[in-house]
Amino acid sequence: MGIQALDITKRFGAFLALDDVTLEVGSGELTALLGPSGGGKSTLLRIIGGLEEADSGRVVIDGVEATGIPAQRRDVGFVFQHYAAFKHLSVYRNVAFGLEIRKRPKAEIQRRVRELLELVHLEQFADRMPAQLSGGQRQRMALARALAVEPKVLLLDEPFGALDAKVRKELRDWLRRLHDEVHVTTVFVTHDQEEALEVADSLVVINHGRIEQVGSPNELYDHPANDFVMGFLGPVTRLGGHLVRPHDIEVLTADSAGAVPASVQRLVRVGYQVRAELRADAAPATAQVAGPGGGQAGAPGAASVGRPAGAEPDAAAADTAVQLTRGQADALELRVGSRVWLRPAQHASVLTAR
Amino acid sequence: MLTSSPPRPAPAPAASRTRPARRRTSGSRWSLRLAAVAYVGVLVALPVGLVLWRTIDQGAAVFLDAITGPEAIAAFRLTAIVAASAVVINTVFGVGAALLLARYRFRGRTLLDLAIDLPISVSPIIVGLALVLAFGWTTGWFGPPLQNAGLQVIFATPGMVLATSFVSLPLVVREVLPVLTETGLEQDQAAQSLGANALQRFRRITLPTIKWALAYGVVLSIARTLGEFGAVRVVSGNVGSQTQTVTLLVDERAEQFEPGAYQLSVVLIAVAALCIVLISIIRPNEKK
Repeated sequence: MGIQALDITKRFGAFLALDDVTLEVGSGELTALLGPSGGGKSTLLRIIGGLEEADSGRVVIDGVEATGIPAQRRDVGFVFQHYAAFKHLSVYRNVAFGLEIRKRPKAEIQRRVRELLELVHLEQFADRMPAQLSGGQRQRMALARALAVEPKVLLLDEPFGALDAKVRKELRDWLRRLHDEVHVTTVFVTHDQEEALEVADSLVVINHGRIEQVGSPNELYDHPANDFVMGFLGPVTRLGGHLVRPHDIEVLTADSAGAVPASVQRLVRVGYQVRAELRADAAPATAQVAGPGGGQAGAPGAASVGRPAGAEPDAAAADTAVQLTRGQADALELRVGSRVWLRPAQHASVLTAR
Repeated sequence: MLTSSPPRPAPAPAASRTRPARRRTSGSRWSLRLAAVAYVGVLVALPVGLVLWRTIDQGAAVFLDAITGPEAIAAFRLTAIVAASAVVINTVFGVGAALLLARYRFRGRTLLDLAIDLPISVSPIIVGLALVLAFGWTTGWFGPPLQNAGLQVIFATPGMVLATSFVSLPLVVREVLPVLTETGLEQDQAAQSLGANALQRFRRITLPTIKWALAYGVVLSIARTLGEFGAVRVVSGNVGSQTQTVTLLVDERAEQFEPGAYQLSVVLIAVAALCIVLISIIRPNEKK
């Protein structure tokens, strides 16, 4: 049950958008397809919805073969980034559209539309035209419209991508709660890792037309399969020859086994957090980091900050970023120029840098 | 019942209409105004005014005689048939071509796009000659077979419809295509995912979206087809009461110094003016 997309390949001219991708989504789950733009996630969603045809592969929805069945007979709800509101129809008629197409009795349509408008809290806007709504309201209308026909699956293509940050965050929480009530199998595409981590039951990271990793948000965050997934799901810094999250680095005031000596270059306070940028000493013979992959000689002072999604190690930016709470920073009495020793925290996810 | 409460952002503010900025320097404004008024006056208002004046001068009796004689009635009827057929043909073709150009990528798309503009740039006389070459009953490619099947094209109504359709071909396409391009495919795809088939999507989504542009294109086409002269003259044979449209009759009367040319012209001008009024009503709705 749920959705199965099996061995999907799709090319646009010479560009390989999806390379033999197989995806299974459990019934009633809320799944996020996460990845950079151009990675193929929207294409996969559109293939599942029947808006795009795969070159090869099959789609099975709720146990029913959907390959080759046109979108209008797939029973999927689709929500677009730019709302795709029917501009010439009122909010009420927009939501009623699918039911009118299905020739449901008028009384039933009326009841169902009222119910849905209540669900998305637009009941007082029923007679407005879409142009009179804000972006967030339009997207809620689009969601109600998609849910009206009781689709087997709900597909959302960057549903909050066109909204401003605040509305985005509100709608995100709201989608999560809505899903907890409606329980329709839902797949949404996003390039925002925070959105995916916060909302989804399970994550599918897609890049270059391939699935990099599938799992729960915590699994992926704590045990990324590779440096791409690690870099995409959160901030990453280099410590010696390893990739570590900045908040997973311990700062010690005395030397200790496996710690790398470093000096503080810069301290930036961001609200309740302190970000320290440190430079490891150029002591190649002794600088070793104890990671799960075993100790390995760190390149001299080789550490770069940020998300190395395919970024080359850059000796010029030889910094390690560490995230601390204010309390920690104060306790360590960190100043620019302070000498400290760094090592990954005990449960840190550590990947060997390539 | 369901309890999730979404955020309720304030209703969107009504879009404020901004006026285009206007210069207020009076010197250049006056000279520009004078130039524009003189230009339009000499080129358009004066000649049209003279036609009107000549008609009024000759009196109501002459006017009625001129437009109700058997030749005139036949010409009006033929013009109506030819114009209506051409407008219907071009509306159907125009919407179809616009959909094709806006929504599909195919080999020869650019060629089709360019070919649609051709009738505007080619002289109607050439259009007429080309149609005679293609459909003429002794020499044409399609002429003899059609003739054998009992359908005369050249020197008959079908040829006049063809010629008129040809010269007014781009008008509907060029109005509808930009609207379709701007609207994009998403509404159509949303309707599709909600279960609407192609016909339902066209009727419920596409048609309401393009209706003002379509109406504008149709009105333009009506104005253009009523006034068509050159191509129709070549393919019609110009036989009085048989293959003579109003414009051809005006030409004949003017050439032969027969009375009634101005009176017929006034009727055509009146229809054109009506079209312009319709357009000015439609135009603001189009820009929503």
